[in-house]
Amino acid sequence: MTTRAPDDARPFPPGEYPIVIVGSGPGALQVSYFLGRLGIDHAVISSDPGPGGMFRKWPFFQRLLSWTKPYAPPERTSREFERWDWNSLLAREPELRGISPDHMDGTSDFPSRPEMEANLTAFADRAGLVVRYGCEWQSTRHEETADGNRFTLVTSDGEYRCRFPIFAVGVAEPYAPKTPGIDLAVHYADTRDAESYAGKRLFIIGKQNSGFELATGLLQWASRITLSSPSPAKTSIETRSLVGVRARYVQPFEDSILGGGVDILSASTKGISRSASGRLMVQLERSDNAMPMTVEADEVIAATGFTCPLRDLPSLGVATFGQSKLPAQTEFWESVTVPGIYFAGTITQGAAGLKKHGIPANSGALHGYRYNARVLVRHLAQEHFAMELERTPIDVGDLRDHLLHEATEAPELWHQKAYLASIVTLDPHEGARDVGVLPLTHFLDHDGPDAVAMTVESDGGSIYPVVYVRRDGKTEEHPLEPDPLHDYESLAYRRALDKILDRLTAGASAA
Amino acid sequence: MASRDEIADAIAGMAIFVDLARPQLIGVASRFEEAFFPKDARILRQGLTGSGFYVILDGEADVIADGQKLATLARGDFFGEVSVLLGEPPTADIVATRPMRCIVLGGPGVEGFLVDHPRVMYRMLQASARRLRSANQRLTANQ
Repeated sequence: MTTRAPDDARPFPPGEYPIVIVGSGPGALQVSYFLGRLGIDHAVISSDPGPGGMFRKWPFFQRLLSWTKPYAPPERTSREFERWDWNSLLAREPELRGISPDHMDGTSDFPSRPEMEANLTAFADRAGLVVRYGCEWQSTRHEETADGNRFTLVTSDGEYRCRFPIFAVGVAEPYAPKTPGIDLAVHYADTRDAESYAGKRLFIIGKQNSGFELATGLLQWASRITLSSPSPAKTSIETRSLVGVRARYVQPFEDSILGGGVDILSASTKGISRSASGRLMVQLERSDNAMPMTVEADEVIAATGFTCPLRDLPSLGVATFGQSKLPAQTEFWESVTVPGIYFAGTITQGAAGLKKHGIPANSGALHGYRYNARVLVRHLAQEHFAMELERTPIDVGDLRDHLLHEATEAPELWHQKAYLASIVTLDPHEGARDVGVLPLTHFLDHDGPDAVAMTVESDGGSIYPVVYVRRDGKTEEHPLEPDPLHDYESLAYRRALDKILDRLTAGASAA
Repeated sequence: MASRDEIADAIAGMAIFVDLARPQLIGVASRFEEAFFPKDARILRQGLTGSGFYVILDGEADVIADGQKLATLARGDFFGEVSVLLGEPPTADIVATRPMRCIVLGGPGVEGFLVDHPRVMYRMLQASARRLRSANQRLTANQ
């Protein structure tokens, strides 16, 4: 039974909904899109005035880290194109697919911030996504009932009651450590126009991408730049993953190596003070020998990251972890401590998965969490809205080629390595069924019929497919060899997979 | 739990980090990541490649090999190092029996970390020697 205020002309007036999404960034839009296409009633509320989330403001220097290759081999409207396009939201309709290139001016494969905002706004408009903007979620109440948890979201517009709130509020609250004198620094979020740093000695606390983004953008303005954090900085090229400073921001490294006015230190910041002459004095403790050192600066910027704006959710029992205070989540992005509360968007990196070889999934970025959103909605539909979703029959004779094609082309597997898996079940009664893409941990940790899961993985050196076979309740892992061109459909792979599948498929047939 | 200082505080008294001064503890906290596991979560999986090195900040876990419980781990204990050092899949599951917080370092980062922190390597070696002795004693007792 839905009860809503009838006299409010704006969409989604306060009242009762099965699901309430909080946020209007790409994570929220993607979840709303898939819920809508399945016909699941929901409300979307956001304190922002329009769509886009963090892309309405950041990155500070107005150029994204995520690329889109407009002239990649696959058709733009195809599923395969998604592997080459990190910035478009997902859609079923061809006219809504791969629309990011439509908003790029051709000067870079990394969209500018305004181009990204335009891309998201266009998607929301064309997909008919509706959001109640200017509605701020303020607090939350939680009630345990006979049929599960129920939640009340108190907002600036009134109260929203639901069984399943989905928080897609980003990791956007500036975080600064409690270093003495930190109030003399400004946070990355409050960085001024680049010109205002002309001729200044700049000290940046933090050596993540945000610190190096500022350093790169201010190279031509600052007289000297020092970056510092306790651990050495590594680039994404060194880690062979998105962990580390992206190649876009490598120039400060070269300047540092060549003695060009950039210093990159491994040291803890012990305090910041102002000298009698008005200069800022940054007290450090070197990581290598614990010796103190002091760096004089005109400006200090804390590029120390962001936390999740979870408001009162921790007081409701939502467990968080890490410096970003990410909520701890199940494999389907539900709070592990307060069932019924779900998350979407960049927060879904709180469900880390296996993190094999130390390499995280890309759930912190749009090209990762857009797939999490689709899996989440399918999970909600099946578990809580009694929907039977399609599981396509597969001829067992086609199983090998299907799996190898998935490994070579499936964007879900490429963007969410060792995190999402393409799964086919082999139930003796219904035959082989393509059950789609699911979290790998779900496949590994839950019983089920004999099945096979295909992933793409990286060990920090190579990228290669991995086959997981579940037979009689036991699961085995079979990594395949890497291929220099990432083509896993050749004869060698067909033979290798035949050997793995032989025992599994013996006696099985399509329904 | 969240900041480096808080993690440094949490690990300060642990046997494996007992020789480290405060700046080194802060360095450990910035090199490892914090992870949270609910009760019944499988943290290491027997036979699966690519795991990491874990140190328990809070909570408990069972070591289960081929369905048989071998040991219980608690705050200050660490696991996953054998698999990482040998480059082989773990020979047991690690399953949280209570909600558990850990710090974790991915496998590829472990060698560099230990080389940079020889006193941690020494303490790890001591712990491994104790485990080996216990295993030998169990073996002898069962003969």
